[in-house]
Amino acid sequence: MPKPHGGTLINRIVSSSKKERLLEEAESMTTLKLNGGLRKDVENIASGVYSPLEGFLCRDDFENVLHHDRLSSDIPWTIPITLDVDKATADELKREEEIILQTETGASFAMMSIEEIYGYDKDHMAESVYGTTNEAHPGVQKVRNMDDFLIGGEITQINETDSGFQNYNLRPIETRVLFKEKGWRTVVGFQTRNVPHLGHEYVQKTALTFVDGIFINPIIGEKKTGDYLDEVILDSYQTLMDNYYLKNRAVMSILQAEMRYAGPKEAIFHAILRKNFGCTHFIVGRDHAGVGDHYGPYAAQDIFDRFPDLDITPVFFKSFTYCEKCGGAVDGFICPHGEEHRENFSGTKMRKILMEGKIPPEHMMRPEVARIVIDADPKFVE
Amino acid sequence: MTEKKYTTVSIPIPLAKKIKKRMEGTGFTSISSYVTYVLRQVISSIEEEEQQEGFSKEDEEKVKERLRALGYLD
Ligand SMILES: [Zn+2]
Repeated sequence: MPKPHGGTLINRIVSSSKKERLLEEAESMTTLKLNGGLRKDVENIASGVYSPLEGFLCRDDFENVLHHDRLSSDIPWTIPITLDVDKATADELKREEEIILQTETGASFAMMSIEEIYGYDKDHMAESVYGTTNEAHPGVQKVRNMDDFLIGGEITQINETDSGFQNYNLRPIETRVLFKEKGWRTVVGFQTRNVPHLGHEYVQKTALTFVDGIFINPIIGEKKTGDYLDEVILDSYQTLMDNYYLKNRAVMSILQAEMRYAGPKEAIFHAILRKNFGCTHFIVGRDHAGVGDHYGPYAAQDIFDRFPDLDITPVFFKSFTYCEKCGGAVDGFICPHGEEHRENFSGTKMRKILMEGKIPPEHMMRPEVARIVIDADPKFVE
Repeated sequence: MTEKKYTTVSIPIPLAKKIKKRMEGTGFTSISSYVTYVLRQVISSIEEEEQQEGFSKEDEEKVKERLRALGYLD
């Protein structure tokens, strides 16, 4: 099993013996409400998904990530995990050493020690993370909408928040024990935010021919309008696994995080997270975490060359099409037949067929999977 | 802005020459960036060998219980 990123699996979830005391202390402390994305960041830090981070970045780490794609300890890190506040809040919090973090509905769930409050350059941040300052990019848009100050400091989670999908919500310590119990020495991570079609299955099973197990890890959380709903993705994958995968070779649990659409930088970030879950390999497809045509189709694969010390092996895939002559998924390097025999695994086309209540052709999508989508109502984020 | 600080390391000139030759066509633009790359690779593989589990037997039993309850383990 690979060691966690940075060497130690971070655990900043308070033990039950200390919990009561902290909750008592919390009552007299200043509070700060966090939106869903920031709440998930806190929980990912606490449970070790973001190891070695123990809190939101202080300035030194923040600048180092933007300039060098590394924390100030030289450990690879490409996406700054930050907590932003407006000027009035920054002024108020300057007087505090510790604060309580709350959910949007006002439930206290974590404590944060305030180590540093600092200003930052949004253009620099956007350019570094997204490779552009073009506001048409959803990530750049998000940076623009951030408040003007960042707070750095360690967090401690006191209470679990109800994020749904508890049955599929494994922490890194749990996936690590699970992989060990299954006897997997090599595990490939697969990131998804889609209902699976035959192209996905082909990629996963190709990878499975040379590793012991696959960890299917859908990203759950805020998505774009028109994306499949989280439960539809989970149900369809569960059905695929029940019908077409060996039980002792495939496992699914969720990753609660926001998509940032940062392409190459996010591919590295995603690989690090899967390493923390215990994966030895990570599948990177065409235009991983991309949006529109902001990144080259294989930029998210090329960037791995710059990180000899990542300690998780990326597995690169091209995009596949179905060839009627080969009778399966192919790419231009394995199929000698012409374009006229090939059909794209078009998510858009399959979605259209499903919306009409029809089952897509069997060489495109498993009928059991299609049935789940057809029966789901609603199917998409509105 | 806190730009990262660098330090200087001395290496024998013949070695530097050898590295320069080896760098050709690799995309590395300086001996420093090449040496940094190689050292990171070497150190990370040493660290990997030193690796330990990071959770106790007691933790592990608790985790297994939850994994069984959720149906991940039989
Ligand atoms: Zn063919």
